[in-house]
Parts: sequence; C-alpha cells; structure tokens
Amino acid sequence: MSPDWRPTCTIELIRLRAKVLAELRQFFADRSVLEVETPVLSHSIGTDPQLEFFTTEYCLSPRRQTLFLQTSPEFAMKRLLAAGSGSIYQIGKVFRNGESGRFHNPEFTLLEWYRVGFTLPQLMDEIAELIGNLFRDRSLQETQRVSYREIFISLTGLDPLVFSYQDYCAYVRQCGLFEAVDICGHDHGLWLDFIFSHKVQPYLGDNALCLVYGYPACQSSLARVSEQNNQLTERVELFINGIELGNGYYELADAKEQNRRFDQELAVRQHQKLVVAVKDNRLVNALESGLPDCSGVAIGLDRLLMLLSDSASIKEVLSFSIHSA
Amino acid sequence: MASYSTNEFKAGLKVMLDNDPCAIIENEFVKPGKGQAFSRVKIRNLKTGRVIERTFKSGESLEGADVVDVEMQYLYNDGQFRHFMVPDTFEQYQTEEKVVGDSGKWLKDQDTCTVTLWNDVPLAISPPNFVDLAITETDPGVRGDTSGGGGKPAVLETGAVVRVPLFVQIGELIKVDTRTGEYVSRVKE
Repeated sequence: MSPDWRPTCTIELIRLRAKVLAELRQFFADRSVLEVETPVLSHSIGTDPQLEFFTTEYCLSPRRQTLFLQTSPEFAMKRLLAAGSGSIYQIGKVFRNGESGRFHNPEFTLLEWYRVGFTLPQLMDEIAELIGNLFRDRSLQETQRVSYREIFISLTGLDPLVFSYQDYCAYVRQCGLFEAVDICGHDHGLWLDFIFSHKVQPYLGDNALCLVYGYPACQSSLARVSEQNNQLTERVELFINGIELGNGYYELADAKEQNRRFDQELAVRQHQKLVVAVKDNRLVNALESGLPDCSGVAIGLDRLLMLLSDSASIKEVLSFSIHSA
Repeated sequence: MASYSTNEFKAGLKVMLDNDPCAIIENEFVKPGKGQAFSRVKIRNLKTGRVIERTFKSGESLEGADVVDVEMQYLYNDGQFRHFMVPDTFEQYQTEEKVVGDSGKWLKDQDTCTVTLWNDVPLAISPPNFVDLAITETDPGVRGDTSGGGGKPAVLETGAVVRVPLFVQIGELIKVDTRTGEYVSRVKE
C-alpha cells in the first residue's frame, strides 16, 4: 500500500497547532477582541495584480455565477468594522493561486485582527506582545523596530524613496545579480521588491521579531499615506529569521481613495492581461458610510508554526499540503 | 525543444541558460505577501560544472536542453580522441580530452561509464562510482602491516595516483572510489 495517504506533518505538529490556536483565542479573549467568521466565497475579490485568486462556479439552476475564494478576509472584516463590530479577529483559510514552495501553500491559515482606535505603533506593541507570548520558550531577542528606509539604506546603501536607475543598476551588478536589470527595467516598485527580497529580508530578525514600518508610497497596498510624509505609508511588516510573517496597516478609510486604488489595480491587471477581478463595491460603500479609525494586521499561522517547530518547509506543519490534499 | 516555466523548474531539469546547457539543482519560490513573485534557482552549467544562482520573475521560461545520460563502454584512447560505444546499438562516439577532463584517469578499456550527450555530442563523462584498477608502481611495503596507518602513493594502470596502505603491492588489483579518489579495498581476482 502506498504511504501517500499519510499526513505531511507529525502528530506532534497537529498538537502544536491546536495549542497555538487555543493560546491565540485566549490572548484575544483577554483583550475583549471579538472572534468573527466571514465568508470564504465572495462575489468580489482583491484587485492586487500580484495576487492570483481561485474562482469557482456557483450553480443555482438555471443560473451560473462565478464566485471567488478569498485571498484575505480583509474586505469582509472591514465591512463588519464599519457596521460597528468594534475590535475583531479571525482565524481562517485563505487561498492564493500559483503560490507553492518552501514557504507557500496555495491554501493557508491567516490570523487577522483589527483594533479600533489603535494607531500603527500601538498595534505594533500588541503584535510584539502576541509574538512574545507564543515564543516564550524560544528566548527571542528583544523586538527590533526599524523603518523601511533606514534598514534599506543600512544594508544596501541605496535610498528606497529615491529611484536612481544608475545607482540601483550599479548596486545589483556589484552584488552579482545581473539579471535584476532585465527583470526590473524602470519599475521602481519591482526594483524594491527584488532588492528587498534578496538583500534586505534575509537579514531581518536574527532570532528576534523585526518590525519594519514606513513602507514607500509605491508599496502602500491598503495602508494610509503618512500624514507627515506623503512618500511613506502607515504599513508594517513582521519578520523573524528572515521569514516574512505578516503585514499590517493603519487602515485606509477614504472611500474615494480606496475606489481609485481599486480602479488603478484593475487597469494594471488589464494591461498585464491578467484574469479579470471584480472589485468590492460593498467595501467602498462601507468606507463611504464610515470606517472607524483602526489598525489591522494579518499573520501567516503556518509560518509561525514553522518557526516554533524549526521546520524547513511549510508542508511539515500542514496536515496535508497541496500535493497530498 | 519544449520550454519550461519557472513553476516547472525542479531538480534535474535540463535547460539552456546563456547558450549553455545547464541542470537545475534547486528552485526556491520567493514572494513577498504584497509584491512580485520570483524563483531563485541554483543551476549547474553542464559544460563548466560551475554552480551559479540566478533569479527569474515567476512565469518566465527557459528553453529545454537536449541533454541525456547514456551508459557506454569505453573503448580506447587513440592519442587524440577517446572512443566510446553504446553496447546495444554499437553506435560510437569520440571526445576530446578536455571533455573527458579529470574523469579520464579512471577510464579503463571495456569499462562502462556514463556519457552525457548534448545535441548528440558528448558533453561530460562520469566514471562509475567504484572502479577496480591494477597498481603499476608503488614502493615496496612492509609485509604484515595491515594497520592502514600512513600509507603511500601508488600509480594505477590508468595513470591515476591514489594513496594506498603500506601492505599493498605492485600488480595487485584495488577498488577505488572515483568520487573521492580514495582507496577502498583490495580486490581478489
């Protein structure tokens, strides 16, 4: 009999997952953050050109409709916030097409929470507290907080806010990463992705939680643009041992700006001949009616488990990875 | 030849990179939560043997390389070329010494080895992991010394030089690990 029916992780890991889930629920219960569930299936989907989604067909004879599997519960949770839910969290499955590798499985578990009235620095404190709790037996070093610009300059000598094609090219050549010039062309955001992935991220959070904040405006996603400096956004990313764990924002609440970013991303998708996405007008309407000032963050639970168990691959923490699902 | 997308890159796949045939050793999918996906690939140039790292944008593709490994019998060295034959078809191939490289010192007439062909031309020769070769030259050893400590150099029939224990004598057949170039044992004929 072929052993391919077996789980890809050990029973010990299944227990660790259950323990972490219980601790997370306790953490939020202690802080009166409400657990919620939102749909996995939706009529609309994130428009981010960098995220590929799954579609499925809803058949209610004689009608057939395309539905999307969520890439994140963000939109639905913001609609709850706008409806007056107060601070909320969710632990649920999300789906990203085409993502498979040592740190990626197309279906994975996300912990996402929103704190009404929190600024980004306040949320960063809570993130550090939560990680500190989960990793209490792992003797992590003190949490590091560093701005994107600061860490980028200190590790590469390049200013991420000022796109100098000449300097960027000279830097990657000096590092032996000649292919970057062809890959990135004159796209500032792509250059930042390339250099950050290769030359910054691997060095972040050596046995410590590293919180990188103040992302350049061209990498703003759903964060607010900083009031002090419009080149920066109120976005934070979490790293431990060079592994990206999560991403948080001081949430964009401006309906017009949200709608503009959706349309811009839809245009990029069309230009790049990507699958057509359907923007979430209900989110725009929710923002229109009023999203309370809040900060939110999403953390990949499977990667947390990888770090807690020193696993080299995500499949070692999943009951059944995509290849054996 | 088919082309392969980054999603199909896996260990062992043979592709063309910078006009040279290469073998993929490792492919790591790298993607920031909000950002461009890349494939960071470790790849061996099959001509030079050098291993390099190269990053591709996810979805890029490379042309496949027509590279195959064929078991052949080593026939002889005519001074300019080494000659090999596929036992089943009697098809013969010849290669220059520079293609044979370091492997040449383990090749004994009639032995079987692996010939890597690129577009039907030999690209590299791999000897078997273990070969049995006779000693043609070595200092007389001390009989009865089986400790194996120390050792001495010995020249083998193919010209290779390996360190052998003191008790091993000229004319004896020994087994050598070609990956490390180390003596394994004596062989009883």
